[in-house]
Amino acid sequence: MRRAYNLRHVVSTSPPWSRYDRLGRLLLENRLMLEIRRLNVSIGGRKILDDCSLTVEDGEVAAIMGPNGAGKSTLAYVIAGRKDYRVESGEVILNGVDLLALEPDERAARGLFLAFQYPIEIPGVATMTFLKATLNAQRKQRGEAELSTPDFMRRVKGAAERLGIKPDMLKRALNVGFSGGEKKRMDILQMALLEPTFCILDETDSGLDIDALRVVADGVNTLRAPHRGFLVITHYQRLLDYIVPDRVHVMAEGRIVKSGGKELALELEKSGYRNYLTDPDQAVA
Amino acid sequence: MAAVQETVDRVKSIDVAEYKYGFFSDIESDKAPKGLNEEIVRFISAKKNEPSWLTEWRLDAYRRWLTMQEPKWARVDYPRIDYQDLYYYSAPKTAPGPKSLEDVDPELLKVYAKLGIPLQEQEILAGVERRVAVDAVFDSVSVVTTFKEELGKAGVIFCPISEAVHSHPELVRKYLGSVVPTTDNYFATLNSAVFSDGSFVYVPPGVRCPMELSTYFRINEQNTGQFERTLIIADKGSYVSYLEGCTAPKRDENQLHAAVVELIAHDDAEIKYSTVQNWYPGDSEGKGGIFNFVTKRGDCHGANSKISWTQVETGSAITWKYPSCILRGDNSRGEFYSIAISNGRQQVDSGTKMIHLGKNTTSRVISKGIAAGKSQNTYRGQISAHRKATGARNFTNCDSLLIGNSCGAHTVPYIESRNPSTQFEHEATTSKISEDQMFYCLQRGLSAEEATALIVNGFVRDVLQQLPMEFAVEAQKLIAISLEGSVG
Repeated sequence: MRRAYNLRHVVSTSPPWSRYDRLGRLLLENRLMLEIRRLNVSIGGRKILDDCSLTVEDGEVAAIMGPNGAGKSTLAYVIAGRKDYRVESGEVILNGVDLLALEPDERAARGLFLAFQYPIEIPGVATMTFLKATLNAQRKQRGEAELSTPDFMRRVKGAAERLGIKPDMLKRALNVGFSGGEKKRMDILQMALLEPTFCILDETDSGLDIDALRVVADGVNTLRAPHRGFLVITHYQRLLDYIVPDRVHVMAEGRIVKSGGKELALELEKSGYRNYLTDPDQAVA
Repeated sequence: MAAVQETVDRVKSIDVAEYKYGFFSDIESDKAPKGLNEEIVRFISAKKNEPSWLTEWRLDAYRRWLTMQEPKWARVDYPRIDYQDLYYYSAPKTAPGPKSLEDVDPELLKVYAKLGIPLQEQEILAGVERRVAVDAVFDSVSVVTTFKEELGKAGVIFCPISEAVHSHPELVRKYLGSVVPTTDNYFATLNSAVFSDGSFVYVPPGVRCPMELSTYFRINEQNTGQFERTLIIADKGSYVSYLEGCTAPKRDENQLHAAVVELIAHDDAEIKYSTVQNWYPGDSEGKGGIFNFVTKRGDCHGANSKISWTQVETGSAITWKYPSCILRGDNSRGEFYSIAISNGRQQVDSGTKMIHLGKNTTSRVISKGIAAGKSQNTYRGQISAHRKATGARNFTNCDSLLIGNSCGAHTVPYIESRNPSTQFEHEATTSKISEDQMFYCLQRGLSAEEATALIVNGFVRDVLQQLPMEFAVEAQKLIAISLEGSVG
């Protein structure tokens, strides 16, 4: 089913064919994971994503770098299905499934995970309760049986230990009164438990000291796997020292303006984003 | 804002959550003629074979009621109730009085089985769950009371009040109306005149009641008012935990429920009273549903006594209810924990009164109101200290949560202190489920309804923790059901 869909996709792709060389190859080899095609998105009449296209291969760690206001977080939110945005045109395909036709929770059940820049507090709901509810909700959507409590506990304990999360933190209300680092770790813990096929990390490094950054990066690195893709959004090269990407994309003014290998990140660190902006003076951030 | 708009649209288009207990059971009943007059009051009294003092007590109340006005100060709006168009007495024909389980009409047992209320003692005994003694009140009479024998061994009296009138007249006569006098208010006075049944509990000095006691109220008949009367007395140093549950069939007309509950705690005694109220709330247009006008009051009569009210209010078209404590004994303590959920066109005006009379009396009020749909949810509370209530303390916390933007939450606190040493604290918040919280939950795979239920359960957690364990689980499910259809 998935293959058939993908092939139809290739055949119907409009010229110039050459633009889709890489894409065509990936599709035929069934290695394409995420494909964003000419995505146009606005909020309150203001255009944020402007014909944005991006592909991520199976098992690839892709980084998106760019100045403030480039549309990086918007891209993450639109992929995950946040309602505030108006998708005018374009497609977002994950593993052959049209994400834009799905509700956010359905996207999650199909393996999409978004680690938030600022994880949200949910007062009164014990972290453990939340973890169990989300895990079982996803399993239910996929037609799988609920996890037994001992099974669930074992998984949580193991994952929490690896991230240096103390057991008593799991009893506290989710993210309430947690430090910035604790919140990020809790998001990575959820990522580990939910075993998504595609993870988006939205500025995971913001507000983290170097030790916390290392723990979080380690957590992400242990999750790297052949059938799990990552999209790491960041301002700074720093995070990419710890989570080394396979590809780096530069985003500016609502689209991907340059793509390359990990060396591109270092280059950006030196030259900044000025070269990619039509009016560099407008975008000091 | 898009998601909020969607929620609102959805609420507009959807019926209030399927009311699970909306079935009607065709059970033959024995009714008094419609309407209310002295003859009807005498009829009810005669049906119960009551002593003449009680008949007179009822008639006094009736005569006073005729001179009273229906209260209008609450923030609820409902059509005029025609008190002459109601039946004041209805009893299942086959069950003239409460007796042993074998004698109960199997049809009736089916009703309670359908409601998930255990009336079979053996079944409960076999299970691992904690045992609960149940008094089942169907329309105007109690149909069965379980575990009576075992409670009897501990000296605890748990029986229908109509039976207690005969078996323990001295207790009933001493305490009936001692906390809520027949002159108290319009609905309590009406109840005093026509109350048909309810539960009676007496826990002797020093006894810790060996199990939870509970009463399940069911209104079945059409156009029938339910006027039950509960009287609980905890003698010196005793303890009792009591739970009431309520359901009714789904009907297009409104049904009237005007109950009175009186609690008396003597020195060092403690009463914990929990309610899970799930009367039919009416449909999304506000058609049908129970009018719930209830007077509940506890008298912390003795020193160091304690009364704790916990309520989960999800049903009723109109709720008018203020479980209160009179803190008479020195060092006595009153508590009120409430979750009030309104959806559709429900109107809730509920809260508490803590009347501090004794020295060093303390009270604590935690109220969580959740309004969805087009409902209106009001907290109304009074905290007062008498001039002799030296060292009285109160802490009140009222939080309101709004779901959608067609509902309303209101907080009306009355705080009076006549003693300079008192310390009263009041905290209140009103919030909405934020779009951020919602999106975060959805992103992790919860559906909008699961997310709402989870967030709401978090919001009410402080109160849920006060409920006996089995009922906390029940209440949690009920909260999810009550909010079905409130999110898009």
